[in-house]
Amino acid sequence: MPASLVDGNSLLAVDIGGATTRAVLFDVVEGQYRFIASGIAPSTAEAPFKDVSEGVKNAIENLQTVIGKSLLDSGRGLITPSQPNGSGVDALVVTLSVGATLKTVIVGLLKDVSLDSAQRLTSSTYTRIVDTISLNDTRKPEQKIDSLLRHQPDLVIITGGTDGGASRSIQKMLEPIGLASFLMPEEKRPAVLFAGNQKMEAEVKSLIGSLSSSVHISPNVRPSLETEDLDPAERELAHIFVEIRKRQIKGVDLLNLWSGGHILPTAYASGRMVRFLAKAYGGSKGILSVDLGASAASIAAAFKGTSRLNIYPQYGQGENLEHLLKYTTADEILRWSPLDISKDALNDYLYQKSLYPSTIAATKEDLAISQAIARQALYLAMQTARKNFPSDIAQIKLNLTPLFDPIIASGGALSDASRPGSGLLLLLDSIQPVGISTVILDQNNLLPLLGSAASRNNILPVQVMESGAFLSVGTVVAPAVIAAQNAPIMRATLTYENGSETKLELKYGSLQTLPLPNGEVGKLSFQLLKGADLGYGPGRAPKEGVPVTGGALGVIFDGRGRPLNLPADAARRRELIKKWQWALGDE
Amino acid sequence: MIAPVHHVVGLTSIVRERILPISGNLLVRQGQKVSATEVIAEAKLPREHTLIDVARALQISPTAAERLVRCKVGERLAAGTEIAKGKGLFANAIKVPREGTVVAVGGGQILLETSAAKVELKAGVPGTVIEVLPGRGAVVQAAGSLVQGVWGNDKIEIGALVNLMNAPDDTLTESKMDVSLRGSILLGGMIQNKEALRAAADLPARGLIVPSIAPALIALAREMPYPIVVTDGLGALPMNSAAYRLLTTNAKREAVINAESYNRYTGAKPEVIIPLPISSEPPPSPDAQTLAVGLQVRMLRPPALGALGVIEKMLPGLTVLPSGLHAPAAEIKLESNEIIIAPLVNLEVVG
Repeated sequence: MPASLVDGNSLLAVDIGGATTRAVLFDVVEGQYRFIASGIAPSTAEAPFKDVSEGVKNAIENLQTVIGKSLLDSGRGLITPSQPNGSGVDALVVTLSVGATLKTVIVGLLKDVSLDSAQRLTSSTYTRIVDTISLNDTRKPEQKIDSLLRHQPDLVIITGGTDGGASRSIQKMLEPIGLASFLMPEEKRPAVLFAGNQKMEAEVKSLIGSLSSSVHISPNVRPSLETEDLDPAERELAHIFVEIRKRQIKGVDLLNLWSGGHILPTAYASGRMVRFLAKAYGGSKGILSVDLGASAASIAAAFKGTSRLNIYPQYGQGENLEHLLKYTTADEILRWSPLDISKDALNDYLYQKSLYPSTIAATKEDLAISQAIARQALYLAMQTARKNFPSDIAQIKLNLTPLFDPIIASGGALSDASRPGSGLLLLLDSIQPVGISTVILDQNNLLPLLGSAASRNNILPVQVMESGAFLSVGTVVAPAVIAAQNAPIMRATLTYENGSETKLELKYGSLQTLPLPNGEVGKLSFQLLKGADLGYGPGRAPKEGVPVTGGALGVIFDGRGRPLNLPADAARRRELIKKWQWALGDE
Repeated sequence: MIAPVHHVVGLTSIVRERILPISGNLLVRQGQKVSATEVIAEAKLPREHTLIDVARALQISPTAAERLVRCKVGERLAAGTEIAKGKGLFANAIKVPREGTVVAVGGGQILLETSAAKVELKAGVPGTVIEVLPGRGAVVQAAGSLVQGVWGNDKIEIGALVNLMNAPDDTLTESKMDVSLRGSILLGGMIQNKEALRAAADLPARGLIVPSIAPALIALAREMPYPIVVTDGLGALPMNSAAYRLLTTNAKREAVINAESYNRYTGAKPEVIIPLPISSEPPPSPDAQTLAVGLQVRMLRPPALGALGVIEKMLPGLTVLPSGLHAPAAEIKLESNEIIIAPLVNLEVVG
């Protein structure tokens, strides 16, 4: 990139999570944007602080000690623009996931059409559906009103009607919403997003405009029965999320002022970045970003020409853990643990961690519980998200994870750079990637910040991505295969840049690695046995081999088959999990 | 690092902002003395409505129906009251099916509120109203001993505190409760079975203060008619020594048990207050403090979950924990004299 395209502005990016707030500085070094450093502090939305800007200032102060220059003035205000003495920054962007999940009511005409679209739209931000109103709803209008009053939703999303199509039925469904809003105290009225028949815009505004905290209109998510277009509504929903947070959480308005309105929901910003990567670098496979944080599990996937963003607050590793057993069982969680953990200990952990989301595992047993929970939560998130992927994407079997390259992992449990093997095994167990994929750990959680920075500076994300700010774990080779334990399923030869070779025979049920340093590209030639499939067809492999990139763990061969089946015998299963941990250098 | 403070303190000034969930009527004035269970504000929460569609019933247009409606917003109507009548010799009359209050009229429709729940806001602490928040609530100040908990079942009571614990790790069993404890607030041990909860209800007890409760009993504990404050956590945790000392030495005194749910955003916590006579207002305890050597802290996660200790040394940079994670940490000397290393995020100041 020629230096002339870089205007030299420094950019501070802040992410406010449910547990942690992170301040990251990007600046120009030798004509290219670089990730400079980050500062971390506990988030402060909760009492006794009740002001997220406190945590942001603490994180910036920690960043200041790393970079050795001031970004805050003596009154703890942000110094902007940057000063001749080197203090300050030129711009700020913010992402946030902090706060209680938004209680949401979805309204649509038909279950398989507009309501489905409304549901998918809702899962693109941090929401929980508390009620659904549709044409099939047999409740009386007053029962709908009472339900709305009982739930006190933060948000109502209305879809329905193709453009120029039905309007009378939608109007009928708006009435209970208008009446319920009218009966609510002004400060409790929900925000309303209308993403249905565009002919209804004026009517929606006149019927409920004055009765909601704010009315937002976006293009129809179902302009015709056959077409779904969620992007514009997702964008609007991202803005509504920030507007609601400004009302709910002190300090967001100050950050809005400092950033000039450049605030986005964290997962939305990640999704934007994944879409960008798919456009810039995407091949026939999709690009996947998974984030497991205190607020939610987020899965952002981009394929050629389309993308999916799914946020699951119910699988977040913070305050929502108390309710995790509504979605899974203790046995399903504990099957992932290498240690013998009792159900009581798991229950105690879930409640204690939901009381104190910022706390971390200090003992081996606590870590085993926390990682077992993380695995099951991410596994459930991926299984749910997979159902939402388009049907015309590259995949080996419908019941397996589609082909992705690269896979980017972030969030505390996944991206601890000091233990890449631990994060990788968690990812392999829960996401169960298939085929050949580069795996990247976003150890500084930069992806959403880059997605947010793109709105202020579109060169910065590209240059930072290419600068090695992310940790490449290596290339995962995971054939889809079912075979007998220890049966050979693949013979591989890795040819290094200097021409030397290493060979490996992969046995079913094992995890093995071949070293390939970060930054080096090797050529992998392989022969597949027992009908194993890496995306080229059962037993088939390209004659010329495939290029693979190196990383902290080199080339990782996952011969455990897909879907991954754990032994039913607990003792044997725990031994096997320990073996897999050792294979990836995680003890 | 700044950490939140979990209050376990012998004498302090307690200031609590008490706010209704929705706007309502304030029932106290500034300077008024209140008891902990006194209602200081109330509001009406609509629960059930009936929608009467006059236009549809009379099969006329909404505009025509609107002209026939004879009730106004705010009017209280008895069941059977006629609210509209069609035109003609044998015109249909529309009557109210249930008693209710008219809350909206328009477009030929009438919305009646037929049932409402009364929300009562209690003072929560025995003290003086130092500020009124019109239509919303008040700020009440009190002085006394304060023990905060981590879980409560949203009830409040006043009563004499009776100690049933011989040690911080006692378990409360049905056999420890007899009729002589009726009307008391019981300082019991860990709750591990439903019989103990039911026995306290059968007495009936005025309240229960326990160190911990099995997670499986949470749903039942919510249903109990008396307030329950859990001081240390869920599972099988002994009571922290500071709370144990303070509560056992205040046995037989009148106590307020405010088992308000923990709300991480507002800072509301379940708490036990023992009102004490004072000659001058004691200083309030801070809600947050910077972690430093000498501070008393409580462990929020294993090892030594729930134990109290004192910060012996703040460790520089990042420390590798036994779990393998890296984090800023401190050396903590526990009451048992054992020294452990704990990440700072796992500590809560006690005081």
